[in-house]
Amino acid sequence: MSRRRSPEPFVWLLFSAGGTVTALLFPMLVFLFGIAFPLGWLSWPDHAHLLSVVQNPITKLILFGVCVLALFHWAHRFRYTLYDGLQLKRLSSAIIVLCYGGAVVGSVLAGLVLLGA
Amino acid sequence: MIETTGPYHRPISLFWWTRRRAYLVFVLRELSSVFVAWFVVYLLMLVSAISSGGDSYQRFQDWSGQVWVLALNIVSFLFILLHMVTWFGLAPKAMVVKLRARRVPPRAVLAGHYALCVLLSAIVAWLVLR
Amino acid sequence: MADRITLEVARYRPEREAEPVMQSYEVPLRPDWAILDGLNYIKDQLDGTLSYRWSCRMGICGSCGMTVNGDPKLTCATFLTDYAPGPVRIEPLPNFPVIRDLVVDIDDFMTKLPTVKPWLVRDEHEPVEKGEYLQTPEELDEYKQYSMCINCMLCYAACPVYALEPGFIGPAAIALAQRYNLDSRDAGLDDRHDVLSSDEGVWGCTFVGECSAVCPKGVDPAGAIQRYKLTAATRAIKDLLLPRGGR
Repeated sequence: MSRRRSPEPFVWLLFSAGGTVTALLFPMLVFLFGIAFPLGWLSWPDHAHLLSVVQNPITKLILFGVCVLALFHWAHRFRYTLYDGLQLKRLSSAIIVLCYGGAVVGSVLAGLVLLGA
Repeated sequence: MIETTGPYHRPISLFWWTRRRAYLVFVLRELSSVFVAWFVVYLLMLVSAISSGGDSYQRFQDWSGQVWVLALNIVSFLFILLHMVTWFGLAPKAMVVKLRARRVPPRAVLAGHYALCVLLSAIVAWLVLR
Repeated sequence: MADRITLEVARYRPEREAEPVMQSYEVPLRPDWAILDGLNYIKDQLDGTLSYRWSCRMGICGSCGMTVNGDPKLTCATFLTDYAPGPVRIEPLPNFPVIRDLVVDIDDFMTKLPTVKPWLVRDEHEPVEKGEYLQTPEELDEYKQYSMCINCMLCYAACPVYALEPGFIGPAAIALAQRYNLDSRDAGLDDRHDVLSSDEGVWGCTFVGECSAVCPKGVDPAGAIQRYKLTAATRAIKDLLLPRGGR
């Protein structure tokens, strides 16, 4: 009946989930922490407040989930950018290791930083 | 038999994506994922700085104000906006939602995504700024 | 408005050149003329050696697809006056081998299409005496859009993945598979799954979306493909959690 189970549907689901959460959450996060605070348009929140936000277990879990999904979103999209944009499909095995491997490494780091906070 | 070169296969240029505006927008959209990955790194650096204490948080604030970091984040913001707009625009095509046997119009799916984005952004802003 | 317009037409005669060359012709600029009428004028009056395909001249046979000023178009449905004062560049559809002048070889598509089983697959066929299979208007609406495909190949001409990946089965084939997958009379979802849910099937598509942009019949193959990605992914999750018993 069906051939050996391909991972494609699963990585596509991760890619889709990552694309959705980043589209929903990143615009405001980038605006605040990447532009508004550094430029002084709004003052940086005080340390104690952000520490309490970041130490909240729910925030940790959500941020971890968002980071993992965002990284797998990048991995999948970048893999196909290299295939089609730079026509590097012949290096497919190396690209797969670089992209998804990178996402795994990033996820582990995210776990250490966020869940160990 | 006439000597002939046979069917002609047009070669694909490495810059195929510059030939049509739609292809260019597509490639830029795909490259937005790099800036998504960058912001994950930035976010983790921020959380790490916060967790390490008031001094490291202050150092992060100073570093984030440096010209190249700021420029990178402004560019990231633009690319992430591109990602958001293209993602929401394409979502209705992939999701056929049925409500009581009638198909939800694509415009409603689109509006739903933007509404959710506004809501979640407001929540994030409130959590951070209060 | 002037009463003549120049058409720059790609010529390729394998017996005398290694690459296509452009040849200019001046044709009347009539307000009711399509590009195809211009080509027919060239063939009838100016140069009988020009080779191109056409048939119905009304946008239903899918024969006359060519590249007009860089865009894949049905030449019977594209008007000369829209390109005035010209010149208008007419080339064969890209991503297919050029046999001669504006004629391309679409054998690749013809080979791939049957692999998605674009016909009604049923476990049991009712005898003819029992009458028609009945279908409500709602059931028809589920797949009607995808049944509009005229196999004109404009979507393949516009798809960069088809250009780069020789094995990709392409937009029209997947849209036609969906036309049957979503047809209430069909039971072939499983039969089509392996071909559709392969690297050369839907997973090769990166949702550029140009296929739907150029489709003259509003089929939206890009939408059909994304919908099947979701179908296949849901099925993969279900298979993982509740493995299918022996069939």
